[in-house]
Parts: sequence; structure tokens; C-alpha cells
Amino acid sequence: MKHSKMWFGIFVGPILFAFLLVVVIPMILGIYFSFTDWNGINNNANWVGFSNYLEVFRGDEDFLNAFTFTAKFAAVSVVLINAIGFGLALFVTKVEKFSGLLRSVFFMPNLIGGLILGFVWQFIFIKAFGYIGKEMGWEFFQGWLSTTSTGFWGLAILMSWQMSGYMMVIYVAALQNIPESLIEASRIDGANALQRLRHITMPLVAPAFTVGLFLTLSNSFKLYDQNLSLTGGDPAHTTEMLAMNIYNTAFVFNNMGVAQAKAVIFLITVSVITLTQMYYSKKREVEM
Amino acid sequence: MEKLKRNSLLGFGGLLVLLFMSPLYIVVTNSFKSQKGIVIDALGLPFGEYFRPENYIQAFEELRFVRSFINSLAITVSATVIIIIFASMAAWMLVRSKSKFSGVLFMVFAAAMLIPFQSVMLPLINLMGKLNMLHPVGLVFMYLGFGSSLSIILYHGFIKGIPKELEEAAVIDGCNTFQVFWYIVFPLLKPITVTVSILNAMWIWNDFLLPQLVINKPEWHTIPLRMFYFFGQYSKKWFLALPGLVIAMIPIVIFYIFMQKHIVKGVTQGSIK
Repeated sequence: MKHSKMWFGIFVGPILFAFLLVVVIPMILGIYFSFTDWNGINNNANWVGFSNYLEVFRGDEDFLNAFTFTAKFAAVSVVLINAIGFGLALFVTKVEKFSGLLRSVFFMPNLIGGLILGFVWQFIFIKAFGYIGKEMGWEFFQGWLSTTSTGFWGLAILMSWQMSGYMMVIYVAALQNIPESLIEASRIDGANALQRLRHITMPLVAPAFTVGLFLTLSNSFKLYDQNLSLTGGDPAHTTEMLAMNIYNTAFVFNNMGVAQAKAVIFLITVSVITLTQMYYSKKREVEM
Repeated sequence: MEKLKRNSLLGFGGLLVLLFMSPLYIVVTNSFKSQKGIVIDALGLPFGEYFRPENYIQAFEELRFVRSFINSLAITVSATVIIIIFASMAAWMLVRSKSKFSGVLFMVFAAAMLIPFQSVMLPLINLMGKLNMLHPVGLVFMYLGFGSSLSIILYHGFIKGIPKELEEAAVIDGCNTFQVFWYIVFPLLKPITVTVSILNAMWIWNDFLLPQLVINKPEWHTIPLRMFYFFGQYSKKWFLALPGLVIAMIPIVIFYIFMQKHIVKGVTQGSIK
């Protein structure tokens, strides 16, 4: 069946228009502005070549710090979230009773917005941890979020709590797709639970791992709301992640050209990392 | 032996549930206490001299919750509806017109999934400011742009699996393209429409950064935006901040209780694509 060009325009046009205006044009403009002394308000920006980028790489300690902080955070949280999520998935598919209830509870934090969750955990870390520390005399529980490392682990705990239920849902779907007959066969062949996990389950859920790693990796790199509401970058910008650093450069320090150069570096970093991960995960799926 | 194993699994599950719920439990119990009660005993139950349920009345008023709830609801619902309308139409056309252009266009929509919002936000706000779009209607339009990629991918995948004989029969019966889509195709898309609605509604409802950049009048604040300023204002006054947080979470929890099945299904489908 043929649809005329007119109908094509009517059906595809509106969303394409929004997409171009909101995503494509700003992206092109953004790359252009990163090479200018743009001030964010008017458009008479002068070409300054790579000087914004040089400024970022040479002198911007906060940005370099945000970069390493984000990378470390992504590494830790990707491992934690996926390990806990997969563990939960194995667990809820094993129990005979209350499986549905368990799933609902583990998944729920994922629905509440990051900003609100950050405030919730701010109270937990500062007040509840502080109270436990004081009552039990545990120094470790006191002064959370007041140092860089407790801010880091605070964020990692918050994100694990929020996202592991989400990963669980994805892994449960994958686990349920494993044919019962394969498990039976391996049992008859004398494989123990650990061998079954390693040689049957893991290879068969490998595609779900690709998805899980992709989602956690890109979410960790792009994290903003939880960062803002949990630590706000404190103490002294040391828990500031990339997204927040870009925001602050633009709106606190009013340095639009430099902020946009950072945004372009951010775009390239996130794309390269997630595409690399997809490539290697897909390759591993086949090899396993 | 079997029974012991089953019981210990169940016990472990109980512990996990306690662990997962404890942050919310602590926040809810403390939200009923006076400031002094929170400071003195953060883990105690809210009874006795520190019990202060009036916190909620005060927080509800200070938060101007009804206003921000209506704003959030209006923005989320209208953005989700227009995404559904235009993404389903576009995806269907891209599937059925098998031109090279359609293929390229689809690839562009899909590739845009990789673009982080922060990398386009500064020029976007600049551009939208010039077009006089920094208001709730403009925000809904921006959600159409940002929601387009995932929604088109999901619809595209689903539509490829629908036979087109029905559509051809409808054309022979005299339907034009518009009628074919709305009377024949769209009703068939219901399962994926539910998924797309839930996925979009969830992130739009919770979105903070875009509204923060776009909306500059307090009377247009959405719940996350209002919560941000409210918490900043009362961050040391926990007896107001905590009930505020609980109130802000209630709509989501209610939605989850009623829509759980669809939400879990939607999230699974949305991630696998």
C-alpha cells in the first residue's frame, strides 16, 4: 500500500519538527558554541578556536575532579547495582511464597524521583546514621556526607537501593526465559548449583547483562538529581559529578562557552563508553 | 531439610524487605515527630510527648501541594498524550513506507537515545528563550522532542509485527490514510501504547532539571521543583521537611499499587529494546 508524500508529512512531520528543534539543532548549536566566547544570551559569539577546551583541560581542577569522581562512581555503582540486582532476581525466582510481594518491594524505590530520594537519604545518613553512631559509640556512622568518601559511598548506596530492583526486573525476565528442560538435563548430568549458574544460567542471561550494564553505566554517568539533593557537591565541590559541574559552570559561574565545551566532552565520553560497553558485551554474549 | 531450607529462604527474604523498606520507614515515623523528638531519638516510634501529626497540615500548606500536584499532573498527562499520538503516527508511517529516507530517519531517532540531556541543555534553553517557549506549554513541546526516540523505537518494533492485510482491506473499502490509522491500526497498538505511556509518564513526572531550566514562575512549579525549594527553605526543620517528602511520594506509591503489573511489564519491555 502506498501513502502519498502529503500523508508522510502529516504523520511524521510534527514529531520530527519537535525532535529537530529540541534535540538536533541544539546539539549542532552546542558544538558550534563550544568554539566561541558565547555568553548564553545573545548570538554574537566570536570564534575562539579550541581555547574553551584548553581552559577545561589545563586549569579546571573541579572538572578534572568531577571526571574522576564520576568515573569511579560509575565503576562502583555498575558493579554493585548489577550484582545486587542479579542476586535479587535469583532469589525471587527461587522462593515459592511471596515472590510477587518481594518483587514489588525491591522495585518500588525505582519509581520515586531521584530528587526526592536524595533528600530521603540525606536524612538517613545525617540523622539516622548519626543517631546509631552516637548510641552505639560507632564513629564510622557519624558525620556522613560531610567528607568526600562518605559522600561517595552515600551516593553509591542510594543508587544501589534505587536501581537494583530495576535490574532485578530485567534479570527476572531473562531467567524466566531459560527453558526448564535445560536445567533438568544439567541436573541429570550431575551439575551442581554453582556449575549450573556458571555454565547454563549466566550464558543464557548474557543479553540481559548487556542491557543492565548499559542502563546502569549511562545512568551513573548522567546522574544529576540524586547528586544535587544528596550532597549538592559538598564538601567544597569534591562530590560534584560531571552533569552538576556543567550546570554550575553555566549558571553559577556564568561561563557559557566553557560549560558548553564541557558538555561536548561529556557527550563524547558518554557515547564512547556506552558504545564500547555494548560492543564488548555483545561480543561476549556470542562467546559465552 | 526441605522445610528448613524453605524457611531460611523466607527469613532471608523478610530481612531483605526490612532492609529495603527501612529508609522509608524511618522517614515516615520521623515525619510524625516534633523537631525535638527527631533530634533526640531518630529511630523511636512517634508516640508520647513528641507525637506531632500537625506537621502534615503545616507541610501541606507550606508546600502548596495541591497547586504543584495539578501542575505536575497537567504537564505529565498532556506531554504523554501528545507523545502517544505523534510517535505512533510517525512510527507507523516509517514502518509502512519502505523508502530509504524512512530507514535513515528511524536510525537518526534511535541514535539520539545516546545524547545526554546535559550536552544539549544550554543551547536548548537559549533557543527556546528566543522562541518564547519558556512556559509549561513549551515544556510539553520539549517533552515531545525528548520522548520521541524511545517511543518511536518501541512503536516501530511493535508495528513491524502487525500484518498489513487489514489496512489494505480498509483502503479498498474507501478509508483514507488518516482513517486507516486511527480506526484500524491504533486500536491494535494498545499493549505497546500502555508501555509507552507508562515509561514516558514516569520520567516526566519525576523530571527535575528540564522544568528547573524552563519554568521560572513559582505558580507553575511541578512537584520535584517545589520540593527542591521547599527542602532548601526547611532543610534544618526536619519536622516540616519530612512530612513534605512523604506527601510528595504518596501519588507515586498509589499509582504503583494500582498499576504495578503494567509498570513492571513496561519497564521490562522498554529496557530490552
